[in-house]
Amino acid sequence: MEMMWSLRHVNIDHLHVGWYQSTYYGSFVTRALLDSQFSYQHAIEESVVLIYDPIKTAQGSLSLKAYRLTPKLMEVCKEKDFSPEALKKANITFEYMFEEVPIVIKNSHLINVLMWELEKKSAVADKHELLSLASSNHLGKNLQLLMDRVDEMSQDIVKYNTYMRNTSKQQQQKHQYQQRRQQENMQRQSRGEPPLPEEDLSKLFKPPQPPARMDLLLIAGQINTYCQNIKEFTAQNLGKLFMAQALQEYNN
Amino acid sequence: MNAVISAPASFFLDKMATPVVSASGPPATPAPAPVAAPASASASVPAPTPAPAAAAVPAAAPAASSDPAAAAATTAAPGQTPASAQAPAQTPAPALPGPALPGPFPGGRVVRLHPVILASIVDSYERRNEGAARVIGTLLGTVDKHSVEVTNCFSVPHNESEDEVAVDMEFAKNMYELHKKVSPNELILGWYATGHDITEHSVLIHEYYSREAPNPIHLTVDTSLQNGRMSIKAYVSTLMGVPGRTMGVMFTPLTVKYAYYDTERIGVDLIMKTCFSPNRVIGLSSDLQQVGGASARIQDALSTVLQYAEDVLSGKVSADNTVGRFLMSLVNQVPKIVPDDFETMLNSNINDLLMVTYLANLTQSQIALNEKLVNL
Repeated sequence: MEMMWSLRHVNIDHLHVGWYQSTYYGSFVTRALLDSQFSYQHAIEESVVLIYDPIKTAQGSLSLKAYRLTPKLMEVCKEKDFSPEALKKANITFEYMFEEVPIVIKNSHLINVLMWELEKKSAVADKHELLSLASSNHLGKNLQLLMDRVDEMSQDIVKYNTYMRNTSKQQQQKHQYQQRRQQENMQRQSRGEPPLPEEDLSKLFKPPQPPARMDLLLIAGQINTYCQNIKEFTAQNLGKLFMAQALQEYNN
Repeated sequence: MNAVISAPASFFLDKMATPVVSASGPPATPAPAPVAAPASASASVPAPTPAPAAAAVPAAAPAASSDPAAAAATTAAPGQTPASAQAPAQTPAPALPGPALPGPFPGGRVVRLHPVILASIVDSYERRNEGAARVIGTLLGTVDKHSVEVTNCFSVPHNESEDEVAVDMEFAKNMYELHKKVSPNELILGWYATGHDITEHSVLIHEYYSREAPNPIHLTVDTSLQNGRMSIKAYVSTLMGVPGRTMGVMFTPLTVKYAYYDTERIGVDLIMKTCFSPNRVIGLSSDLQQVGGASARIQDALSTVLQYAEDVLSGKVSADNTVGRFLMSLVNQVPKIVPDDFETMLNSNINDLLMVTYLANLTQSQIALNEKLVNL
C-alpha cells in the first residue's frame, strides 16, 4: 500500500491493473493463480495477469502473455462451489477458462529517442539465439513436463471412472434393496404383520465422493498450454531446418 | 514532509564570486600549471605539501578555483578533467557505513548501466509535475571491484527554485526500504537528474547523497535533446581547491557502458522496433514471424559484409587483414557435409519434429474428448 501511495506522489500510474508472474517452461495454470486472479478481477473488472516466461525468452523472442478469467469462470469462482454438478451446469471446458488478451507495446517519442541512442551506443552484439538449431533439450524438457501432467490427468481419470462405477453399483444396490423391501412388505402384509418402516435409503448407502472436478479442469488447461507451446516450437524449428537445407543445397 | 536542503547555495556562490574578480588578473598561460596544481593540491591534502607546489598554490589558487568552479557549473571541460582524474585525487571520504567504493579513481572508471534505468528516467520525466524543469531520483545497484553496476532506480519528488532546492528525503528513504524488501542486494549508488547541465543545486543534492552512499554517482540524461542527441553522462565528484581553505567540488565524468542480461537484450530489441512503426505501436509477433525477422537481420548483416568485400576488390577501401581473417572464418563456418549425410540428418530431425507435433495434437484431442465424456 505504501508503494502505491509513493508512486502516486511521483505521478506514476498507481491504479491497480493486475499482476505479473514468471513461469517455468509454461507451467502456470495452477489453483493459486486462479485464486489470485479471481481476487484481483473481483475487485477490479479489467485486471489481467501477465505471464512472463524467461526460458522461452532466452530462446530468442520475448514471451509475454496476458490472461483474464472468462465471465463464466468468474461466476463459478464467486459461488465458491467447485463440485461437479455446478461445473457441469456452467458448462465450462478447459479451453474456455482463460481468455488471452493481445499485448501491444506503445512508446512515447522520447522513448524512441532513447532507443536510437541505445542502438548507437550499446556495443553488445546481436543475439542470434533465435536461429540456433540445437534446441532439442528445450523440447525434451517441455515434453517431460507434458508427460508428468498427462500422468496426473490419467490418474484423475481413473479415479473418476471408479467413481462412476461405484455410483452405478450403488444405484443397483439401492434398487435391489428397495425391491427386497417391497417383497418383504408384501409377504408381511400377506401374513398380517405390520410392514417394516421404509428406511432412509440415503443413510444406508452413502453415495461415494465425486472426485474434484476443478483440478481436472486445471490440469487439462495446463496440458493445453503445453501442447500449444510445443507446436509453436516445432513450427519454428521446422522453418529453421528448411533454411539450413537451402544453405546446404546452395553449397553443393 | 520535506527536508529542505537550502542554505548554502550562497556558500557556493561566494566561492564563485571571489575568484571571478581575480580571474581577469592572472593571464591564460598559468592556466595549465594551475590545472596540475589543484590536482596535486588535493593529492597533498593528506600528505605534506611538496615545496614547489606549495609555492605555486597560493598564487594560482584564485585562478585555479575559478576555472574548476566554472567547470563545475557547466559540464566539465574535457581538457582539464583528464589531468585531475588521473592524478590520484584523494577524496577525503568520511568514514561512512556501508560498502566503500575503491578510493582513488583511475581515469576510465566504468559505470555499467542497464537500459531499464534510462527507460524509467525518461518515463518519470514525462510524468513530471507541471512547471518542474527536471526530475531527480535515486540510483540503486551493486558495486564490483572494478565497476559499478546500476540496475534499478526510482524517482524522488523535489522542488527547485532560484535559490532553494527541496528534496523529499522521507520519501526517498521509504522507497528504498520498499525496494530493499524485494531485492536485498541493491544499494544506493547515487542519483540521477534530467537536463543538460549540472547546476549549483546539483552540488547540494550530491552532498546529501554522499551521506547515503560513499562516493555517489551522478547521472545526467539530457531530455531537452540539446545538440540533437539525448546525451547520457555519469559523474563522480572530486574535491578540489586549496587545502586548508574552503574546498570546492568538481564533477569528473566516468565512462558509461551498457550492460544487459540476455533476456533484457531481447526485450530491448523488441521495444526498439517501435522506432519504425508509424504510430509507435507494435504487437508481439508470432512464432514464424520471429524466425523471419531474425533471418532478415542476418541477411542485412551479410549484405553489409558483401558490400565491404566488393569495395575492397574494386579498390575503394583498403584491405584490412584482421577483417579478412574474420571473413575467412565466417565462410569456413558453414560445415561441409556430404550431401547424403546431411539428407539423413535433416530427415531424422524433421521426423522428430513432426512426431512431436502429432503427439501434441493427439493429446489435445484426447483431453477434449475427456471433457465431453465427463460432462455427460
